[in-house]
Amino acid sequence: MSATDPIITIEHASKFFGPLKALDDVSLTIGQGEKVVIIGPSGSGKSTLLRAINRLETIDQGTIMVDGQDVNSSKNNINAIRQELGMVFQSFNLFPHKTVRRNLTMAPMRLKKLSLEEADQTATHLLQKVGILDKADVFPTMLSGGQQQRVAIARALAMNPKIMLFDEPTSALDPEMIGEVLDVMVTLAREGMTMVVVTHEMGFAREVADRVIFMDGGQIVEVGTPEHFFENPEHPRTKKFLSQIL
Amino acid sequence: MPQKQVTIDVGDGAAIPSRKDRGLFSAWWLSFIGAVAIICYLCLSQPDPYWRVLKFLPDGILVTFKVTILSILLSLIIGLITGLGRLSRNRTVNLIASTYVEVVRGIPLLVQLFYIYYALGRVELFSNLPPLSAAVMAMAICYGAYMGEVFRAGIESIDKGQTEAARSLGFNRIETMFMVILPQAWRTILPPVGNEFIALLKDSSLVSILAVSDILRRGREFASESFYYFEAFTMVALVYLIITLILSKGVSKMEQRLNYYERD
Repeated sequence: MSATDPIITIEHASKFFGPLKALDDVSLTIGQGEKVVIIGPSGSGKSTLLRAINRLETIDQGTIMVDGQDVNSSKNNINAIRQELGMVFQSFNLFPHKTVRRNLTMAPMRLKKLSLEEADQTATHLLQKVGILDKADVFPTMLSGGQQQRVAIARALAMNPKIMLFDEPTSALDPEMIGEVLDVMVTLAREGMTMVVVTHEMGFAREVADRVIFMDGGQIVEVGTPEHFFENPEHPRTKKFLSQIL
Repeated sequence: MPQKQVTIDVGDGAAIPSRKDRGLFSAWWLSFIGAVAIICYLCLSQPDPYWRVLKFLPDGILVTFKVTILSILLSLIIGLITGLGRLSRNRTVNLIASTYVEVVRGIPLLVQLFYIYYALGRVELFSNLPPLSAAVMAMAICYGAYMGEVFRAGIESIDKGQTEAARSLGFNRIETMFMVILPQAWRTILPPVGNEFIALLKDSSLVSILAVSDILRRGREFASESFYYFEAFTMVALVYLIITLILSKGVSKMEQRLNYYERD
């Protein structure tokens, strides 16, 4: 367990798609600054769990607390909670009608009431950080997949979130572009960001994760440090999965 | 094998010229130059009825445009509300919007015009409704239903990931709709809206029965005074044709410019 204060607390979360259990009594606590990598076969519920944290998916049972606030409670403003949670998608989902720079400034200006200059300054800084400042004024469709995903990460960071959620951020990328995106994520991890990452990139998990979580059939099957995971996994399902992908 | 989806789109308006039809011998140019040439020829060779008809029509053209533009603006507002209503997760709102679309689409426009002007004219509240307002109201209500479907389809054409990305940043549903979805849906929406605009302009000739002096009405007035029926209606038809052709070209141009952020 992490020694720091918990920032995400998931208790007995379940979600059903008809007879299918997408999440089956999942409990998990994530500490501040912790890097958690969730792995598992497709359909194991790992993306559903990640998306439930910022309520892109609602859960049918259980509770999910983010920074002390229940995300499923109607008393809490989900839009405010979401500002604390940066989200990066598999398919980038940049806004194609806005330039790269405007993709980054739109939300801070509207939601944090930043002035254009302030937002621009942040955007410049973040684009420099992800290495695409030279493409600031083009439209996203002019960029490669790797570049788009780096912009998407910068866009999420522009809201200055406490936690970053990554939903298979490299799965839609050509192999030669995966590295540039992972590099940005590693840098972010080194800076102490709390990160929850659903991925198939085992190298990334090994390098960055504090804890690796293996999910299958909507349940958390095994939790451990990367060393534990990749050197001597215990559960047969974990072993089977790792033997298939490594 | 994924089945290939074929969509057949038959609008009410003049055909929007394809971008590829740039040659002088496209259907558009043939119709346009033909119509202009015939008008010129007729006015020069027989100025007596033809030039006189043509001079008689401009007032009507203005009225036609007035009715069309007012109706289209109103129908865009009604259409946006209807489209959002049709997409609403609230059952009641959804049902109201859908019923409106069903009812309006099931009644001929001419009947709606009669209904609003003559039938509702019997009701105290509407008894002093001027013909032009009644006409605009009827056209807007009718086309609002069609616009609603256009808006709905346009909004649905935007990838769900866009909504998820916007909501994840913290935008609420209204902000997401107006800052992210609609600015993109506009590109899908505009061509059919242009089509509807042209169709509405043509349908606006129906308002002539409410004593609104549009192009057709002016033509009829001229004809019934002078008995030049053939000449008057020939010119009326040609004037409508030229207007709709110009508009369809305009829509086509606009469509091109809206593709600015797409990589080709």
